[in-house]
Amino acid sequence: MNVVLFIIAALILVGALATVCVRNLVYCALSLAATFAALGMLYLALGAEFIGWVQILVYVGAVAVLIVFVILLTAPDRMRSVGPLFSRSRILGVGVSLGVFGTIAYAVHKSGSLKGSLSMPAETDMQSIGEELLSSYLVPLEATGVLLTVALIGAVLFAREEPVEGSEESQESKD
Amino acid sequence: MSTLQVLLTVSALLFCLGLTAALTRRSVIMILIGIELMLNAANLNFIVFWRAHGDSDPSGGFMFALFGIAVAAAEAAVGLALILLVYRHYRSTRSEDLNKLKG
Repeated sequence: MNVVLFIIAALILVGALATVCVRNLVYCALSLAATFAALGMLYLALGAEFIGWVQILVYVGAVAVLIVFVILLTAPDRMRSVGPLFSRSRILGVGVSLGVFGTIAYAVHKSGSLKGSLSMPAETDMQSIGEELLSSYLVPLEATGVLLTVALIGAVLFAREEPVEGSEESQESKD
Repeated sequence: MSTLQVLLTVSALLFCLGLTAALTRRSVIMILIGIELMLNAANLNFIVFWRAHGDSDPSGGFMFALFGIAVAAAEAAVGLALILLVYRHYRSTRSEDLNKLKG
């Protein structure tokens, strides 16, 4: 049993709990960033260095910041009170989550094939990752590239301000 | 419990916290945050299993997690753009305000 893994796991769970429970959305997004960073640390501790740094770069650096931007752009909503603490839907949602967790935890606890300790996998340095990506995983890589391009163009199209009626842009489009 | 089981339980807890956020919170942004937490729990599972059973396929779980992160990033970008669009239309990001099929 590794003490470092336990500390990082506790960090992840505290961060996720804060993300779910805190009422102010900005604090939610910040604890989400902390959770992502702790997950990156766990990947590093498990020996997946590249995934760990990618996690920190993509999630902490991009996704969390993007969420903070959207919260700030939709500002008037975030201070409104969130209704009663024990509404029916809320109790139902927590019950469903507890049921799912109970099922998974029972399965993990009972399974005989999960008793083994963590073995160190074969060496994954950057060179072998790059070679794998451009040989065995070439088609998924290209598909991911297309997906990211389409998604980003779509996001820009969605988020762009509509041209105001009577402005230069809409008159140009009428001509 | 072995370390493998502890890590899988942590991942299950992370998934269920994300599920709780997606099911109980009213704000659309919080629902998206919950989905992100669930995706991260899945990624954690890939890494843990890669670490435990990685001898037969030295890079399979690793690559799966990598592509999962890329797809999750695309999902977050499109989802947040949709939230901005919805906010501009309804002046609200609370899910119970979004109750019209025809805007």
